[in-house]
Amino acid sequence: MSATIVSLPDQTTARIPKVNYLTKENGILSWLLTGDHKRIAILYLISLSFFFFIGGALAGLIRLELLTPQTDLMATDTYNKVFTMHGVIMIFFFLVPSVPATLGNFLIPLMIGAKDLALPKINLLSWYLYMAGGILAIYTMATGGVDTGWTFTTPLSTHYVNTNVLTTGLAAFIAGFSSIFTGLNFIVTIHKMRAPGMTWFRLPLFVWAHYAASILMVLATPVVAIAIVLIALERTIGIGVFDPAKGGDPLLFQHLFWFYSHPAVYIMILPGMGVISETISTFSRKRVFGYTAVAFSSVAIAIFGFFVWAHHMFIMGISNYAVLVFSLLTMLVAVPSAIKIFNWTFTLYKGSITFETPMLYTFGFMGLFTIGGLTGVFLGTSGTDIHLTETYFIVAHFHFVMVGGMLMAFLAGIHFWWPKMTGRMYPEKISQLAAVVTFIGFNFTFFPQFILGTLGMPRRYASYPPEFQILNVFSTAGATILGVGYLLPVLYLTWSLKYGAIAGNNPWQATGLEWQTQSPPLTENFAVMPIMDHEAYDYEWLERQKEIKVTHVG
Amino acid sequence: MSDSPTIAQVAPEADHHEHPPYLRHHFESTEQQADAAGFAMWLFLLTEVMFFGGLFTAYLIYRNWYYPAFVAASHQLSIPLGGFNTLLLITSSFTMAMGVWCAETRRKGGLVLCLILTFILGLGFLGVKTVEYREKIEKHHVPGFHFSLQSFTHPDKTNPATKNDLPLGDDMARHVELYFSLYFLMTGMHAVHMIIGIAILGFMIFRAQAGAYTSGHVTFVENFGLYWHFVDIVWIFLFPLLYLISRH
Repeated sequence: MSATIVSLPDQTTARIPKVNYLTKENGILSWLLTGDHKRIAILYLISLSFFFFIGGALAGLIRLELLTPQTDLMATDTYNKVFTMHGVIMIFFFLVPSVPATLGNFLIPLMIGAKDLALPKINLLSWYLYMAGGILAIYTMATGGVDTGWTFTTPLSTHYVNTNVLTTGLAAFIAGFSSIFTGLNFIVTIHKMRAPGMTWFRLPLFVWAHYAASILMVLATPVVAIAIVLIALERTIGIGVFDPAKGGDPLLFQHLFWFYSHPAVYIMILPGMGVISETISTFSRKRVFGYTAVAFSSVAIAIFGFFVWAHHMFIMGISNYAVLVFSLLTMLVAVPSAIKIFNWTFTLYKGSITFETPMLYTFGFMGLFTIGGLTGVFLGTSGTDIHLTETYFIVAHFHFVMVGGMLMAFLAGIHFWWPKMTGRMYPEKISQLAAVVTFIGFNFTFFPQFILGTLGMPRRYASYPPEFQILNVFSTAGATILGVGYLLPVLYLTWSLKYGAIAGNNPWQATGLEWQTQSPPLTENFAVMPIMDHEAYDYEWLERQKEIKVTHVG
Repeated sequence: MSDSPTIAQVAPEADHHEHPPYLRHHFESTEQQADAAGFAMWLFLLTEVMFFGGLFTAYLIYRNWYYPAFVAASHQLSIPLGGFNTLLLITSSFTMAMGVWCAETRRKGGLVLCLILTFILGLGFLGVKTVEYREKIEKHHVPGFHFSLQSFTHPDKTNPATKNDLPLGDDMARHVELYFSLYFLMTGMHAVHMIIGIAILGFMIFRAQAGAYTSGHVTFVENFGLYWHFVDIVWIFLFPLLYLISRH
């Protein structure tokens, strides 16, 4: 496929259409009772940002405490609560719903040429469940918090702590159902609502990634739901499924919990990978290299993801044979992940690459995710895992994947589709600056933690030996820069709602169906039912469309 | 490419062709709507399978580990009551299936009758379950509430179900409580699903009397039928696992 010339932005329709999903109805109730997937996505975006900043503030407290070797900012009990609530809020209320509930909700019907998700009321219900869970989590925090770590490890959570395990568990349980309903809705929509001509292998890779993540949401989340129910019953009425005194086994909880929580990391990262496939194709003006391989690698990650959970339990007393098998299976996940990274890299090859903000975030994702993924291999190898587990190495590893990978992808996606969501462009220069600041801040924050981990600094302690201080100061300083990097988009994106340049239908000259309708779209998405008559990422088709229009007009 | 706002404004208004009132705006046809709803229901049942799956896994692992305790504990359950309940549930599945058929063939009277029968059979199941639970409370077999190992360290020789049981040693006997934890969890979780189902049935009876399901829009009845059969099937697995497989 030859590279084509970029023309940015598309100013042929330089005004915001009067009728769109934002202006169709007014008033707070038209938002709170909406069935429109685009409005629900906006509701999610606002509430997610809120929870992200609470989780971020807690992270700030953690880094401040770790600035000095002593426990001086807060008591150790408080520190336990702070890192637990940071984990609970970031995982259940930010990372799991982040891309699917906002961008996925907004874009999947647009990308497949449907008027809405198949079950609009269930979609709204899932937002209400998310909010109910989130408010419960905030309530938990306000009334004393919880200090078990986000993993609710037994018997600590069932017998030894006296904090709000029940309400936190309930919050996670409710948020879990929100995620189940989102996933279920996506699967039904992708199966049943595709426009004529939109075959499975013409779907954008964003949709494939969401399909794979939805499978995980639907199949894995109920298992953590039942695990949480068991914890709650064990705390309240004293049944003994995890209690050795009554014949139970605490390890069973670990199995049930990680059966969800390992696939959950793929629920978090797969939609991010979907975003990257879209941006990398658009900004190198090329079809994604190895479309089929990238599509199936998403499904492969989803399937392999179900068979690796025990690598979280290598030091917890499972048998050596289990360690061997799960170590091997863990290595298998690296294969589809590498397929993606290599294919994206080949997409760049001989492309005409431009460096708009989404592309900068995309490059950030590729570098940081690769480091995060490769250090995951260290941890999947049982020998090195025994040395590195429960140290800052593991903290650095999953922050590289989740913050460096997922959050970069989220921001790439938000910037990329911002013109579609709002009809206005974000300011390019300052957002490029924000992307660079985020990248620098991120590396300053988390790279020292790899070194701290290999030196043996354990995670989850408020104090540490003085010789680790210099690296911790680096990390805290980096966190400050990172904070600025996250604050900037909030400011300029809000600014752009009123003052941003008008985007037009297709500012990036991208090929997806979502770019062929007006921005912001109609409530019905398309004025006429679209018919898909070309492959995904077919830039030559886009050129032909332009020629047709020119001859038609002229 | 439809970037002309004039078309965009006109097109939704032009969408006034004839279609049944229950067809939601975002579907192209009633078939697509029914397809999507049915598929969603199957997926939901899949999540339910995974939800119960966690409990079944726990049960099977522990049963394997603490076999003698689980055998002795299962002898405390009443096969006649459990068997009767199985019969009630299977019959209710039959009446539900007949209900779906009545809705499809637009027989309002038949549908209402079938739903009422299903409703009563469901309540009957819960009634028998209550009797069984009360027996457990009387025997101090409820974990966490004055649980007693008496029936297992000193088996009742007068009861035909337990007269051949050997007394369990202390080490094994304490695992009996685990069996009852799982028993109450699994049957309790099943009962919660029954209660939700019965509540929806009550709602459906009124709607059916108003003729809501006999005018061609049977998706809701069909999907509820799937749910009811699923809850039935869970019991079909629970009954042998908890009551039957450890009898000699």
